[in-house]
Amino acid sequence: MTSLAITVVGHDRPGIIAQAAEVLSQYGMNLEDSSMTLLRGHFAMTLICAGEANAAQIEAALQPLVNGSLDVTVREVPQEPQFPPLGSTYLVTVHGADRLGIVARLASVIAEAGGNITDLTTRLSGTLYVLLAEVDLPGSTDVEALQARLAEVSTELAVETSMRLIENDQL
Amino acid sequence: MNLSLPTLPDGRVLEVIHAPNHLLSVSGLPVDPVDPVVVQLCADLVATMRVSPGCVGLAAPQVGVSAQAFCVDVSAHPKTRTTHGLIVLVNAEMVEASRNDKGREGCMSIPDLTGDVKRATKVTVAGLLPLSGERVLITTDAFEARALQHEIDHCGGTLFLDRVVGAHALYPRKVYLAPPNAAGS
Repeated sequence: MTSLAITVVGHDRPGIIAQAAEVLSQYGMNLEDSSMTLLRGHFAMTLICAGEANAAQIEAALQPLVNGSLDVTVREVPQEPQFPPLGSTYLVTVHGADRLGIVARLASVIAEAGGNITDLTTRLSGTLYVLLAEVDLPGSTDVEALQARLAEVSTELAVETSMRLIENDQL
Repeated sequence: MNLSLPTLPDGRVLEVIHAPNHLLSVSGLPVDPVDPVVVQLCADLVATMRVSPGCVGLAAPQVGVSAQAFCVDVSAHPKTRTTHGLIVLVNAEMVEASRNDKGREGCMSIPDLTGDVKRATKVTVAGLLPLSGERVLITTDAFEARALQHEIDHCGGTLFLDRVVGAHALYPRKVYLAPPNAAGS
């Protein structure tokens, strides 16, 4: 059993996902986790699939998809063990006037505190820059100190930042 | 049931400011509901809301005024259950809120993005009517409740961006243009 990481990036058009998924299905590759979105109008998809085919076979089979307007990469990846996150998950929200370095500065602050970003979306809308990051913090994290440090850097960057606990409602 | 809202003067249409304007992130000041300047501001908010397509609410910070005043009118919206018609409130606050539900919100001040936001679906809001200064309590639900929370948030310098439920809950606003051969004005 091999796990393959596939990325597809390029000009959006109807049918890309259908075509890619059909190829994987024909080769008996089970599509596991995937994420697809449009980034400033560009089609962008990343997925992990598992089966018996190797990277070269799948890359060759996906060539018709490329069609001059898409970049496709396929590579074998080891199976990663999945551990439930320790500690708590927070949502960091940032918005303000766009400028260079917002993600770099704030992500550094999070990393210095031992926080692990598990999901990130940024959007540039006119001059408005918005960043949303889900961050796992170890139980030992000084959350107040991290919030204070984020506030300090946000003031320097002239952006608004909030960090709030993501509550899971167990039903 | 509609509010017994005093008749406001004629309003002027004001320019709506957009994020990242810092004024949208500043908490508005409590204001005097009988002050003629505040009454005119309320009338201007209503006039601006009325001329803005699809707009069901507008708060003073959205027209660049740091004040706790807003208007809401969801009476023509399909998601509305209870409606009080045109609501104009000064110094409003949430008294009770229950039954959270997620919905996708947009905002005139963030014209190109929408986001999923959890809001109470049943609320009681207290506020002062402009001109008379009368204190009223409004208990409502569904879309009117969501609109009131969105506008009270604006008065406190909070945008829907600050309440989006997750990293993948922010979306580019989708505008569907009519096909080129479609008839229309």
